[in-house]
Amino acid sequence: MTELRGTAPDDLLPEAPQRMSTAPTEVDAAAPMGIGVIGWLRWFWRTLTSMRTALVLLFLLAIASVPGSLLPQRGTDPGRVTLYLTNDPVKGRILDRLGFFDVFAAPWFAAIYLLLFISLAGCVLPRSRQHWRILRSRPPAAPRNLVRLPEHRQIETDPDVGPQQTLDDAAAFLRRSRWRVDTTSYDGATGTVAAEKGYARETGNLLFHLSLLGLLAAIAFGSLFGFKGTVIVREGSSFADSRAQFDSFTPGKAYSDSSLPPFAFTLEKFIADYQRGGQQNGAARQFAADVTVIREPGAAPTAEHIEVNAPLDVNGVKVFLVGHGYAPTITLRDAKGQIVFRDSVVFIPQDGNFTSTGVVKAPDTVPQLGISGFFLPTSAVDTTLGPHSTFPAADDPEVFLSAWTGDLGLGTGKAQSVYKLDTTRMTKLGIERLTPGQSWKLPGGHGTVTLDGYRQWASFTVARDPGKELALLAAVLAITGLALSLLVRRRRVWVRVSSGATGVTVVEVAGLTRSEHTSVADEVDALAASLGTTVSTTSTAPPGG
Amino acid sequence: MSVNEALATYSNYLVYGAMAAYTIAMIAFAASLASMRGRDLVPAAAAAAEQSGGGVAVATRVEVAVGGPDDGAIPPGRRSGNIGMSLTWMGTLLLGVGLLLRGLSVGRAPWGNMCEFSLTSAFAVAAAFLVISLRRDVRWLGVFVVTPVLLALGSAMTFLYTDAAQLVPALKSYWLVIHVSAAVICGGAFCIGAAVTVLFLVADAGERRAAIGKPYHLAWLARRLPESPRLDAMAYRIHAFMFPLWTFAIVAGAIWAENAWGRYWGWDPKETWAFITWVAYAAYLHARATVGWKGRKASVIALIAFGCFLFNYFGINILVTGLHSYAGV
Ligand code: HEM
Repeated sequence: MTELRGTAPDDLLPEAPQRMSTAPTEVDAAAPMGIGVIGWLRWFWRTLTSMRTALVLLFLLAIASVPGSLLPQRGTDPGRVTLYLTNDPVKGRILDRLGFFDVFAAPWFAAIYLLLFISLAGCVLPRSRQHWRILRSRPPAAPRNLVRLPEHRQIETDPDVGPQQTLDDAAAFLRRSRWRVDTTSYDGATGTVAAEKGYARETGNLLFHLSLLGLLAAIAFGSLFGFKGTVIVREGSSFADSRAQFDSFTPGKAYSDSSLPPFAFTLEKFIADYQRGGQQNGAARQFAADVTVIREPGAAPTAEHIEVNAPLDVNGVKVFLVGHGYAPTITLRDAKGQIVFRDSVVFIPQDGNFTSTGVVKAPDTVPQLGISGFFLPTSAVDTTLGPHSTFPAADDPEVFLSAWTGDLGLGTGKAQSVYKLDTTRMTKLGIERLTPGQSWKLPGGHGTVTLDGYRQWASFTVARDPGKELALLAAVLAITGLALSLLVRRRRVWVRVSSGATGVTVVEVAGLTRSEHTSVADEVDALAASLGTTVSTTSTAPPGG
Repeated sequence: MSVNEALATYSNYLVYGAMAAYTIAMIAFAASLASMRGRDLVPAAAAAAEQSGGGVAVATRVEVAVGGPDDGAIPPGRRSGNIGMSLTWMGTLLLGVGLLLRGLSVGRAPWGNMCEFSLTSAFAVAAAFLVISLRRDVRWLGVFVVTPVLLALGSAMTFLYTDAAQLVPALKSYWLVIHVSAAVICGGAFCIGAAVTVLFLVADAGERRAAIGKPYHLAWLARRLPESPRLDAMAYRIHAFMFPLWTFAIVAGAIWAENAWGRYWGWDPKETWAFITWVAYAAYLHARATVGWKGRKASVIALIAFGCFLFNYFGINILVTGLHSYAGV
């Protein structure tokens, strides 16, 4: 709180240690005139660490995130970025240059959050020091004029109880409810008890902001030392955890291969189950991968089960099931009947019913052969959609293949996708549909193509983020801090005993809170009631209490 | 596991029953507001000055105009307001049982697709309102809460409607229960927070105009609302109470994402907008502590933040593709 809340005027609040929050007082940092570099630096620092700048930076951070969700992003969907660039090359190129396809790694995005965190550190670290001092100091002395505080009671005590006894009773009462208490003994004319409670509000606020710094550090640590790779494994095939075996691998900047623990697994069986019938016909109901794992070289293989929300954990490296598809088993024979290719080929699903596409390349035949086509787990053909699948399970599998002959273009040195056929220097031999077990004799004596059957494949993400436990800890601390900061009330009460003009002892109880829209009325009342009978009440707390 | 069709059908009947109850409640609340006597629009600052000027030993805490002391006669609007409250209780009870049956019919938490999220959110809004009503008189707020509840139920039962069914594998996790219930409760409370914030802006504008003797086209409404500082305080309390829970909802989502996809944060559109919403609410809390931003400007930020929340729910689910897609929308 940068200024008073409630109706207590400022002069009621004695100097520095009296403030209930270490928040910076908002003085407009006027630009210094003619103070030289140091002056300007100081001005810049004050401006950067002011609440208003923090507010503006928070706004900027929110606004800067928006394009990251509306434009396709390299990190999450590189395919759609490429599509955007081909569809609208001019605008796409400009956006790309400005980093809009990778917003969360763009320099301007980093600039905003780094400034925000510098501002945060510059604001919170000095405040923590100040709060630390306050935590060890006494509650502030009573203001001169208690009746001007938001809550004020005048009470009559039992005539047998002396002034000092009243003060002692008040102090004891407050200590029992865990207030921090400071007493000034009765000196014949006056004596006071000062008490304060709710320091946890400020502690919580600082804890929250410091935890945000911790969270940022944890994220940075994790992305520096962690890695993430994806790999497609067919049923019956194996994966060994080494960099070369991944289809894609993104290591952190400080990652070294020695932190990749050697393990291997074989995908024994992939199980998928789909809703049949009803409004959600074809929706997935279960995915699971049965695997055999060798946790370290020489270890005995163990059978494990990976599901979508149940990853496999091998010495801190986690294996997540993220996708699946079909791999038709295709055999190519040349004119003499020699097998030139036999494998289960990964086809990539194109829609929710797993209409999948893929290619086979046979570079060793002369001339070279290439096959591209569709795998349809539940096959259907119609005039608008052409060959397509109508259900994701392999109820009625079929392939539609087209065969090409000529030059596959592998010798050009240019990297080629294993999922695409470059047909610029090839001629088409024909197209054919095959069900498992069927063969197709290619025209022109180029040999035969056989669909032997199919296997399923599953794709896995293998990842390690050494910062994630730290990030979780920071998040838990942040939530704890927030809850304290937003739910605890910081408040003060004072008791003053003074001998009035006529010799009667006047006992006053007063209280103040600056936590927004709360009141200490109940606590002041309880304290007053414990000391005697209230004879007058003033309550000028603002509405809303 | 299969679906118990009978339970699912009863569940729908109960939701329709709840909609009927809420519709009548909405009319009753509107009638209550319309027939209310209202107050003089005294600017809050002037009223406060008047109070502290006296400084004598009297309790000056302000009572709400609506629930003021009744001198025997029932104040106008009180009876229909009570009818509205009772029907809201009834509608919420029916909706609660409806949700329970829907959950039982599929053997899981009843929030697995947008239809069910909308039903649960409507329940959360109504329940949050009823919880607040236990502590203070909020009949004036009724119509502004029951109307969005009805809108949410209406959209759930029409264009978002999905038959009760099992979940896609990605949602089969106990984190669904934790993360989504936290998010839905926040949504319900943020909705009420936004309603109170809008009413604050109306009351505040009414009081300001009254102070300088200018006409105000919403004066009829402003007069029937509590004083603007009360509304401001109430809106702040709701937001301040919910912000830690919203933070928790995001953290729970991150833990779940780590468990399902191998990363706890990946700037998926849904995650991005959860973040934007979070930052916007943090900006609101900051604005209240920044000189020159208190009051109206801060309130506008709270409304923007709620707009982000709604966009994340409707906009992202329907318009943008991402990992967070739900069967049947
Ligand atoms: C990462 C960005 C930040 C976030 C998410 C954030 C969030 C919050 C939240 C939620 C509160 C609680 C508000 C309340 O107690 O009513 C708060 C309070 C506060 N923040 Fe930040 N904050 C951020 C950065 C900063 C920065 C850069 C500063 C320094 C200029 C700052 C200074 C403060 C202060 C002084 C308070 C206390 C306000 C009061 O006493 O009511 N914050 N912040």
